[in-house]
Amino acid sequence: MTGLSLAVGLLGLSGLAAVFLNGSPRLATGVAALGAVAACAAGLWPAVSVLTGGPPLAMKWVSAGAFGDFELGVDPLSAFFLVPLLGLGGVTAAYGREYLLAYQGRKWLGPPALFFNLLVASMVVVLTARTAVLFLIAWEVMSLSAYLLVSFDDELPEVRRAGWVFLICAHLGLACLTALFLLLDQHAHGLSFSAFLSAPPMGAGLSAGLFALAVVGFGVKAGFVPVHVWLPEAHAAAPSHVSALMSGVLIKLGLYGLLRTLTFLPRADWWGPTLIVVGLSGALFGITLALYQRDLKRVLAYSSIENVGLVTVGLGIAFWGASRNLPAVAALGALGALLHLWNHVLMKGLLFLAAGSGVHGAGTRDLERLGGLVKRMPHTAAALLVGSVAIAGLPPLNGFVSEWLLYRGLIGGGSAFGGAGGVLSLLSVGVVSGVGGLTALCFMRASGVALLGQARSDAAAQAHESSAWMTGPMWLLAALAGAAALFPGRLAAALAGTIGQLFGATVRASATAELSGLTRLGEVGFWLWVALGAAWVALAWLVRAPAPEVGTWDCGYAAPTSRMQYTARSFSQLFEDLLPSALRARAVLRAPRSYFPPAGSYATQCDDPLTRGLYLPFIASWADRFARLRWLQQGHLHMYLLYILVVVVLALAWVGWTGGVPP
Amino acid sequence: MHAAVDPLLVLVLLLNFQLLGTSRLRSVIFSSAAQGVLLGVMALLVHAEVTAASVLVMVSTAVVKGLFIPGMLLRAMRDNAIRREVEPRIGYLPSLVLGAAGTGAALLFAGTLPLAAEHAGSLLVPASLATVLAGFLVLVTRRKAITQVVGYLVLENGIFIMGLTLLEAMPLLVEMGVLLDLFVGIFVMGIIINHITREFSSMDTARLSALKD
Amino acid sequence: MSPHLLVHWALVLAMPPLLLGLATKTKAAFAGRVGPPLFQPYYDIVKLLRKGSVFSRTTSWVFRAGPVVGLVTAVAATGLVPLGGHPAPLSFEGDLVLFAYLFALGRFFTVAAALDTGSAFEGMGAAREAAFSALAEPALFLALVSLARASGSQSLTSMLGCGLANVWAHAGAALLLVAVSLFIVLLAENSRIPVDDPTTHLELTMIHEVMVLDHGGPALGFIEYGAAVKLFALGAIVVRVAVPFGTNAWAAWGIFAAAMLGLATAIGVVESVMARLRLVQVPLLLVTACLLSGFGIVLVAR
Repeated sequence: MTGLSLAVGLLGLSGLAAVFLNGSPRLATGVAALGAVAACAAGLWPAVSVLTGGPPLAMKWVSAGAFGDFELGVDPLSAFFLVPLLGLGGVTAAYGREYLLAYQGRKWLGPPALFFNLLVASMVVVLTARTAVLFLIAWEVMSLSAYLLVSFDDELPEVRRAGWVFLICAHLGLACLTALFLLLDQHAHGLSFSAFLSAPPMGAGLSAGLFALAVVGFGVKAGFVPVHVWLPEAHAAAPSHVSALMSGVLIKLGLYGLLRTLTFLPRADWWGPTLIVVGLSGALFGITLALYQRDLKRVLAYSSIENVGLVTVGLGIAFWGASRNLPAVAALGALGALLHLWNHVLMKGLLFLAAGSGVHGAGTRDLERLGGLVKRMPHTAAALLVGSVAIAGLPPLNGFVSEWLLYRGLIGGGSAFGGAGGVLSLLSVGVVSGVGGLTALCFMRASGVALLGQARSDAAAQAHESSAWMTGPMWLLAALAGAAALFPGRLAAALAGTIGQLFGATVRASATAELSGLTRLGEVGFWLWVALGAAWVALAWLVRAPAPEVGTWDCGYAAPTSRMQYTARSFSQLFEDLLPSALRARAVLRAPRSYFPPAGSYATQCDDPLTRGLYLPFIASWADRFARLRWLQQGHLHMYLLYILVVVVLALAWVGWTGGVPP
Repeated sequence: MHAAVDPLLVLVLLLNFQLLGTSRLRSVIFSSAAQGVLLGVMALLVHAEVTAASVLVMVSTAVVKGLFIPGMLLRAMRDNAIRREVEPRIGYLPSLVLGAAGTGAALLFAGTLPLAAEHAGSLLVPASLATVLAGFLVLVTRRKAITQVVGYLVLENGIFIMGLTLLEAMPLLVEMGVLLDLFVGIFVMGIIINHITREFSSMDTARLSALKD
Repeated sequence: MSPHLLVHWALVLAMPPLLLGLATKTKAAFAGRVGPPLFQPYYDIVKLLRKGSVFSRTTSWVFRAGPVVGLVTAVAATGLVPLGGHPAPLSFEGDLVLFAYLFALGRFFTVAAALDTGSAFEGMGAAREAAFSALAEPALFLALVSLARASGSQSLTSMLGCGLANVWAHAGAALLLVAVSLFIVLLAENSRIPVDDPTTHLELTMIHEVMVLDHGGPALGFIEYGAAVKLFALGAIVVRVAVPFGTNAWAAWGIFAAAMLGLATAIGVVESVMARLRLVQVPLLLVTACLLSGFGIVLVAR
C-alpha cells in the first residue's frame, strides 16, 4: 500500500510543482512528467504483486465522521485495473510532455500537466477506495480533471461543446451512481464495501434495480450504447495522450465499477444474456459509426465503444456460464473479456499515440487531408499499422488472442446452454464475426487512407516525423502488443486471481486449465511470424534486380494526382449504402440557385445519430417548456437572494412540520 | 416417414428465400412451381407404403402446382405483356431478413408446440409455418396482382405441408378439396387479373384503391 | 513425418493451380473453344517468378508486404484443414477461428498494398473487396460454427473428420444449408462469377483483379499462387462437407482429389451458365449465405 500512497502523493506534488513552475514550460512539464512516471513505477509494484498471487492490501486512510472511515485496499479486481492504469499512465505522461511542448508560448502548460497527474491520481483512488463516499469523490475528481483536459483547446467551439457534453453526461451518470450507493447503504446499513458484502441477502426486485442503475450509471463512462454520446466528442477533442489514457483506462473504469457493484449483488440467471445483448449492440453500433467517420480520432473513439462492447459480451458469457454451472464456458468468457480489456489498453493506447503523432506532424485529423505518411513519418505509420492489425483482431498480434477466446466461449456456450440460449449464443458468433469483418474494413480504411498513397494536402506533404520522446512510447506499446500475442499463456495466468474473485473457484480452476491452449496459440503466432519473415526474404531474393523508379501504372493513365485517389468516404460508401438512412452520415447540400448563384457547397456531417435523432430533439422540446419559466430570471441580485430566503424558509417549515431533525 | 423429407423441406425453405430475394417475376413463378413439385414428392415419401391413392395425390399435386398453375401465370405474363420486375414495396434485403426472422421464429415456436412424437423432431411443422409466413410476406410486400397469386400459392403450400402431418388421419378427399379450392381461387384471380389489366392497362394492385370512391 | 502429412503438403503445394486450369478449361469447353492448356497457371506462375519487377515511386514497404502476407496466410490456412478427413498437420480447439482470421490478415495487407499505389482504380477494387469480405466473414463463421455445434468440437480436424458422415445422417438438412452457404462464400472469397470476374482486369466492375494491377513479376506470382491456394483451402472444406466419405485410408485421398477436381469443374460450370451479378446485388447474395448458415445453426441447435 505504501507504493500506491507514494504514487498518489508524488502525482499530486509534481502536478502542483508544475503549476508553480508555469513560467518555464519545459521545466514545469518535465517535473510533472517525471513525477508521473516515477509514481507509476512506484505504484506498479504492489499492483503486480497482488495480481500474481500476493496477499491483498488494505489500509485505513482517515476517519470521515458520519461517512465512516475512508478505507483503501487492493484486491485482485483492483489490481487488474491498476496495472494498465499505471503502465499506460507512465507511458502517456512521457509522450504527453513532448506533445504539450508544441503549444509552448501559446498556452500555459502547468495546469494541463497538473490535471493530467490529478486524473491519474484520482483513478488510482477510484480503484483502491473501499468506501462509497470516497469512491464517489474520487470519481467526481476524475470526471472534472478529465473535463479540464478535454477542454485544453478551448478556443475552438467544438472543443468547448465536447467538454460540456462530457460534463453533463458524467453528472447524469453520477446521479445514477449516487442513487445506487444510497440504495445499497439503505439495504446494508453502512457505506463501506465490506458492509455491502456482508449485508443480508436482498430481494430480486432490489437486485434488478441496482443492476440496472449500475449498467446505466457506469455505462455512461464505459460507453454503452445509447449513453455513449460524450465519448466520440471528448476523445476527438482531447490532446492525444489524454485520449489514449481516457480510451485506454478511463472508460474501463466504468467496467470496473460495474464489476465491483456486481460482486455486491446476488448473481441472477439473466445477467449473462442481458450483458451479451448490451455488448453486442454496443459493438455493432460502435463499429458501424467508426466506419464512416472522417476524423481519425473519432474513428478510434467509436472503435473504443465497439471494444468495450466485446469485453461486455465476454463478461456476459462468463456470468451466464457461471450461473448455469458451466465453469469451462465461464472461464473462456472471463479470460476473453479480461484479456481483451488489457489488449485494448495496449492497442488503443498505441493507436491514439500514433494518431496524435500523425496529427502533430501533418497538422490535421481529417482523413481526407492525410495520406502518404508512411514515407514521411515511418515510425508513426508503422505504429499505426501495427495498432490497426492488432485491433482488427488479426493474428499474429494480441487482439486475435482475446477475440479467439471470446469466439470459443460463445461456441462453447452454444453447445452447452441448449435450446434458445444456445441458439442465441451461436448466432452471437455471427454478430461478433460481422463486427470483426467491419473492424478490419474500418481500419483498412483509416490506416490505408491516412498512411498510404500520396499526400492529399500540402500539410500532409510536408509532414515531419515526431521526436524519439513520442515515437519511443509508441514502439514500447507496439512491442508489448506483439509480446502479449506471443506469450498469452503467461499473461492470462495473471488473471486467475481476478477471475476467482469475480466468478468463484471452479471457474478459476477451468481458466487455469485453458492456459496451455493459450500458450499453444502463442507458439502458432510465433511460427506465423517466422513464415512471414521467410516469405519476405524469398520475395526480396526473387526481386533481385534494382527496380526502376516509375509512377503508378494505373492502367496507363499518364498523370495521376493525389486528388484522384480513392477517398475515405468512397472507401466506406459501399457499406454505408446498406445502412438504414438514420444511421448514415448526413449530407448537407447548398445547391447553387437563381441566375447569378452564390457559391454552393456540399458537406457530410458524421455526427452521432443518437445525438442528432434522439437527444437533441428531446432537449429542444424541454428547452421550449422551460423557456416559460424565464420570468424567474430577473437579473437583479436581490431577487436571487429572495429566492434563497424563500427556499430556506420552506425547508425550515418542512422540517418543523415533519417533527424536527432526526437525531 | 422417409429420411429424405427433412432435406426436401429445407429445399422448400430455400425456395422461400429465392421467392423473397429475387427480382425476376419468372424466377418467382418457377420457385413456386418447384415448391409444388417438391410437395408432391413429399406426399409420396411421408406415407409408410406407396398406395394408389398416395400416387394419385402426388401426381395431381405435382401437375397442378408444378405445371398447370405456373403455366397459367406464365401465359398471363406473356398475354398481358407484364414487365419482368417484381416491384416490391420494401427492398429485397429487408424482405429476406424478414423472411429469415420469420423462419427462425417458426423453428423456435414449433419447438414449444405439443406435437405428436413422430413429428416432434421433424421439420414439417416449422417449415409449414415458415412457408405460410413467406406467403403472407409476398402478399403484403409485392405490388403486382400476379405476385399476389404466387403469394396465395405459397400460402397454400404451407398449409399443404401442415396437412402432410395429418396424412394418416386425413381423408384424401379433404386434400383434393384443398387442391380444388386453390384451383378455383387461382382461376378467379386469373379472371381478376385480366379485368384489372383491361380497366387500368396495368397490373399494379395499388391502382385498385382508385375504386374506393 | 507420416506419409499422410507428406501427401497433405504435396497436394497443398502442387494441386491449387490445377484447379484454376480445370475451371478455365471447363469454361472453354462450354464456349466451344479449346482453351489454354490445363497446366497454364503453373507456366504463368513460374514465368512470373523469373521476371523483373517494377515498383511505383508512390509505393512503400507495404506494397511488397501484400503479396507476402497473402501467400503465407493462404498456405498457413491449408495447414489447418483436414484434407479428405485425414488429420490436419496443425489442429487445436478453436482453430476454426484462426482459419477465418488468417484470410482476413491476408486481405488486410492485399488491400493495404492496393491503397499504397495511390491509384483510384485500385482503391476502388480495395474498397469492394473489403466491403464484400466483411459480409462474407459472418457467413463463413456461421457455417463453421454450425459444423462445430453438430460435431461437438471446435477444431476443424474433428469437425470434418470421420464423424461427419454420421452428422449427415442426423442433421442432413443443416449440412445441406451449410454446404450451399460455404459454396457461395467460396465463390465470393475467390472472386469468381457471380461476384467477380477472374478473367478481366479492365472493367470497372472488377474487384480482386483490379487491386493487383500494379503488381508485377515475382510479387504477382506470389499473388496468383496465393489466390490458387486460397481457393484450394476453402474448396477443401466445401468438398469435405459435401462428400464426407472415406475413412483414414489411401482411398480417401483419391476421393478427395477427385472431388476437388469435381469442384473446379463445378466452378467452371457456374461461371459458364451464370452472368455476373450487378454490384449492388452482391451484398444480397452474401446476406443470403449468412441466413443459410444461420438456419443451419438453428436447425442443429434447436
